[in-house]
Amino acid sequence: MSEKTVSETKEFWRWKEYRWHDESMDWKSAAIISAGVDIGSVSSQAVILLDGKLYAFSNQRTGFDSPESANNAITWAMENTGMSLDDIHYTVGTGYGRVNVPFADKAITEIACHARGGNMMYGNTVRTILDMGGQDCKAIRCDERGKVEAFLMNDKCAAGTGRGMEVFADLLSIPIEEVGDISLTVEEEPDPVSSTCVVFAKSEASALLREGWPKNKVLAAYCSAMAHRVVTLLERIDVVKDFAITGGIAKNRGIVSRIEGELKLKSLKTDYDSQIAGALGAALFGQALEKKRRK
Amino acid sequence: MITAGIDIGAKTVKVVLAKDNEILAKSITPAGIDTTAASEKTLNEALSRAGLERDAIENFLATGTGRKDCPFTDKEVTEVGAAARGARGVLESCRTVIDVGAEEGRSVRLNDEGKVLDFAFNEKCAAGAGAFAEAMARALETTVEELGPLALTSEKAVPMNAQCAVFAESEVVTLIHAKTPRQDIARAVLDAIASRIISMVRKVGFEKDVAVIGGVALNPGFIDAMNRGLEMQVHVPEDPEYIGALGAALLASE
Repeated sequence: MSEKTVSETKEFWRWKEYRWHDESMDWKSAAIISAGVDIGSVSSQAVILLDGKLYAFSNQRTGFDSPESANNAITWAMENTGMSLDDIHYTVGTGYGRVNVPFADKAITEIACHARGGNMMYGNTVRTILDMGGQDCKAIRCDERGKVEAFLMNDKCAAGTGRGMEVFADLLSIPIEEVGDISLTVEEEPDPVSSTCVVFAKSEASALLREGWPKNKVLAAYCSAMAHRVVTLLERIDVVKDFAITGGIAKNRGIVSRIEGELKLKSLKTDYDSQIAGALGAALFGQALEKKRRK
Repeated sequence: MITAGIDIGAKTVKVVLAKDNEILAKSITPAGIDTTAASEKTLNEALSRAGLERDAIENFLATGTGRKDCPFTDKEVTEVGAAARGARGVLESCRTVIDVGAEEGRSVRLNDEGKVLDFAFNEKCAAGAGAFAEAMARALETTVEELGPLALTSEKAVPMNAQCAVFAESEVVTLIHAKTPRQDIARAVLDAIASRIISMVRKVGFEKDVAVIGGVALNPGFIDAMNRGLEMQVHVPEDPEYIGALGAALLASE
């Protein structure tokens, strides 16, 4: 996997961008090459499938210009593969900026794509998917084929989103990738911060730091408040087993373990990168649509 | 009878000294880390302005978020009670008080006699409070004091999609990158706060006259947005940030 170097300035929220492709696979022998591009409010991913199998992906921050972000995402996914845009038979755009993917054949909502991608990543026993994105949080219930049965979404408030976590990484000068693990190093779980609002939680956390609380304890108090907030969303949709978490925050063990604790339910594990669920679902739709087109 | 009212807010501490319903002196300091020290400082400043000693104060009432931690008195009044009394003290005809502070907003409806009929408040979300304006002023690389006058020069309304202050900050940055004029962004920010406040006001209803108090009332761009949103002229009393402390001082003499 290749990574872009993190800029020299201390930006603790800035997570590492990366790409990957399977060198053991030969795209030239694939019958159908499909791609999914997920332009989120914070991050963008591109996934390339060869006959429905994962071949390459990229994950990077969304820029100010959605079409440019889409181009960058797919170009980076294809890097060192010798593949060009013309080689891809069908591309589906998804996410917040899905209508701004210039080379896409179709746009599909991120709810449908997450359910479809989650179904491949976690297997067909998954019934409830919690997608914790950069600026929203979705609870999705789906059937064994990855079809959406019900969903609820919070896109109004930063509590429990990746952006809210980035704010805290910066406040505490802790790299975003380490925030979750550090929050789990407390000997005793503190009371959660009382504010759900990220802005107020930030002032509360600053006051706790001034009182002499160590950073891990402040993070634990914040993570458990955010986990609680997300659980209230999940409870409204009625969690059915198996349960899985997708999105960037699925990588934050501090949040995941606290959600599991409150739900008294373990979430499924996967070898896939949890952030590519939407793009993977989009690429799976692309694969099916191309098959249909050829009939 | 000389009385004192202290309003210990999230961002600032205010003290008003009054004698028989006349204001003798007032002072304000940032709440900082140590609210006890800030309260001491604010009271001492007001006393020295009035040329009084502390034991001249016959009755003392505390209000605001931090009223339970007041070092001078354990007598307290809720923010709603203080806002109602203070607003009536400066605007006899007042039937609706809208109080917008750094981390809270509330709307209080009064009857003819100034008795509280109903109220609504928000202390959970920064979107309807001064904290929102401060965060956006930072994103615009200006001060919260300059935000209002800047907004008043705007001739074009741009919509703000984000409600959350954290998301709105990214939206402001996007708008800056899209070369949206700064004054239009400033107006969008203040319109957004006003729209959150107005939906709270509508929950309890409102009746003339309407007084807007609290530190955010000092922002002319916010008041302009309130006038447009409520389709009427609201009243902003002189020194609107002191009205809660004034209410406490007036209630202390009753």
